[in-house]
Amino acid sequence: MNGTSYALGVGEDKSALFWTLLALGGLVLLGTLYAFFTLEHHGHALTGMDNQIVWGLPHVFAVFLIVAASGVLNVASIGSVFGKKVYKARAPLSGLLALAMMVGGLAVLVLDLGRPERLTVALTHYNFKSIFALNMIFYNGFFAIVGLYLLTLMDRKLSPWSKPLGILAFLWRLALTTATGSIFGFIVARAGFNSALYAPMFILYSFTYGMAVFMVVQSIMYKWNDIQVDARILAKMKNLLAIFIAASLYFTAVLHLTNLYYAKQWEFERFILLEGGVYTWMFWAGQVLLGGVLPLILLFSPLARHPATVFVAALLVILGGHCQMYVTIIGGQAFPLDLFPGWAESSSFYDGQIHPYTPTIWELLLGLGGIAIAFLITTVAVRVLGFLPQDDLKALEPELKAG
Amino acid sequence: MKEATNLNEERRELLKAGALVAGSTLAPGVLLIGVAQARAPEEPASDRVRWGMVIDVNKCADGCNACVTACNEENGLSGATGPQDAQWIRKLHIRNLSTGVEISLPMLCQHCEHPPCVDVCPTGASMKRADGIVLVDRHTCIGCRYCMMACPYKARSFVHEPLTDQNPEVPRGKGCVESCTFCVQKVDRGENTTACVEACNAAGHKAMIFGDLKDPNSEIAQILKHHKTTEVRADLGLNTGVRYQGI
Repeated sequence: MNGTSYALGVGEDKSALFWTLLALGGLVLLGTLYAFFTLEHHGHALTGMDNQIVWGLPHVFAVFLIVAASGVLNVASIGSVFGKKVYKARAPLSGLLALAMMVGGLAVLVLDLGRPERLTVALTHYNFKSIFALNMIFYNGFFAIVGLYLLTLMDRKLSPWSKPLGILAFLWRLALTTATGSIFGFIVARAGFNSALYAPMFILYSFTYGMAVFMVVQSIMYKWNDIQVDARILAKMKNLLAIFIAASLYFTAVLHLTNLYYAKQWEFERFILLEGGVYTWMFWAGQVLLGGVLPLILLFSPLARHPATVFVAALLVILGGHCQMYVTIIGGQAFPLDLFPGWAESSSFYDGQIHPYTPTIWELLLGLGGIAIAFLITTVAVRVLGFLPQDDLKALEPELKAG
Repeated sequence: MKEATNLNEERRELLKAGALVAGSTLAPGVLLIGVAQARAPEEPASDRVRWGMVIDVNKCADGCNACVTACNEENGLSGATGPQDAQWIRKLHIRNLSTGVEISLPMLCQHCEHPPCVDVCPTGASMKRADGIVLVDRHTCIGCRYCMMACPYKARSFVHEPLTDQNPEVPRGKGCVESCTFCVQKVDRGENTTACVEACNAAGHKAMIFGDLKDPNSEIAQILKHHKTTEVRADLGLNTGVRYQGI
């Protein structure tokens, strides 16, 4: 290491900070591996998951990462597919983040499997009727397509291919998020799921979370390099984020309002919206207020001129996104299955009662591992390759003027 | 005219004799087909059979746990009922919210014709045999638990910790999902019954009947033909192999 930030090419020598970040990420990842081998040895008995709450905290982190991964690619799509130069400059970072978060999210899912050593079975045996199996195909395709797309963005010789590959990547990611949402939408028996709304709602969530992650990473990279983002570019991006947040809130409202219309869903809605304890709090305070309303207020306030405000708003969206996943995934399971509608049920297998869930440190470590993996990939990549979004403001002038 | 009558009588006698000969030739064959339902080990399950169960909730005694105990013993389950313990069959107590009527019934894998667990399983480990028994292939289950999310009956359990002292006939293992197999080991031996049914009979309740839904002469088919039975969550259209009488 010669001590120069050669890839980023700007700013002072920050090698020490870079290595510190790597060490921090690596440390978290070590913790994840320790948790993985411990669970591999002792089984999931050490976790808070059981036969009632079968998907827990690791899935909250994993699904967030996967959904945000497909969403963060949106930035590139707006550049390549819709020809916006502001976003074109950000396409390589967008592609990198998409790949990094997808790796992180999938890693958590695999590490949480009951038989993770059978990953090869999962990759060689496909039940094509399973939306889960289709997701695996979409994920694998995502790596290939986004990888190639990234190459066309980074290598000038390949740049004529960037538009067609960008379009393919855009369509592919839409299909992928549709499939991810459908993992929940296709669960016919549970009150909290079983809705076609999950597919478009997850696409909107992905736009929102992906955009927020992108803006957080971009802010940190600019700060690192002492670059001031152009106010008009920041305004464009924060407005887009605000539109995505509003659309996500809209879909959330529609989901719950339709449920409130169906008498058979009232009990579930009463649980999530009023009496669900941690889930009710996470929904109203986390998903709606911190992750939706507050960022909207911040983004439309005069304070939004300051990059720091936008940064905080984006961070809040990410926090709210995790709350949303917690409410969706775990809240949906905490509410008991109704085997006999119109009857009260009880049994030794916890029928008819709200299922409690307290995650343990092992689940947290598995989940954080996904973030650590995405973080490490991103940190190393932006260090060694030119992913920093750099704007040619002169060339952008017509687009920025048009607003 | 008389000659013609004689001829007719002769013909009748001949036909009778022929029927006797044909009957005595075919009967053992028919019996053999009956016996053949107890398959040889190398013979695959046949779709000429669909195994099912009828449970008469009026005969199921509240507080009786004989089916559960027998299942645990037959399949090597511990019988513990913590949140992480496996339960393949459980006694469910239900109370009608408007009338107050109370019913006790055993709940187990319903061996659906269109099982959601099989639909969602990414690797195909969750599968339905030709004879309708829904099983988990322990060699291809990766432990993702999507089937548990999808099952409308909460019939499946995940093995949360290493197991010892297993029944060699019923392999189980940490990290895999499992559920009622209709005592497939007994069915494949030709016993054509399940541990829970035997225990219910031994306890004198005779609330559970196991048999071939496709055999019109079987006891189970006769009950289904002559009595009103209920599918749990019939609205899902899964055509369950387990039916309840008296709900």
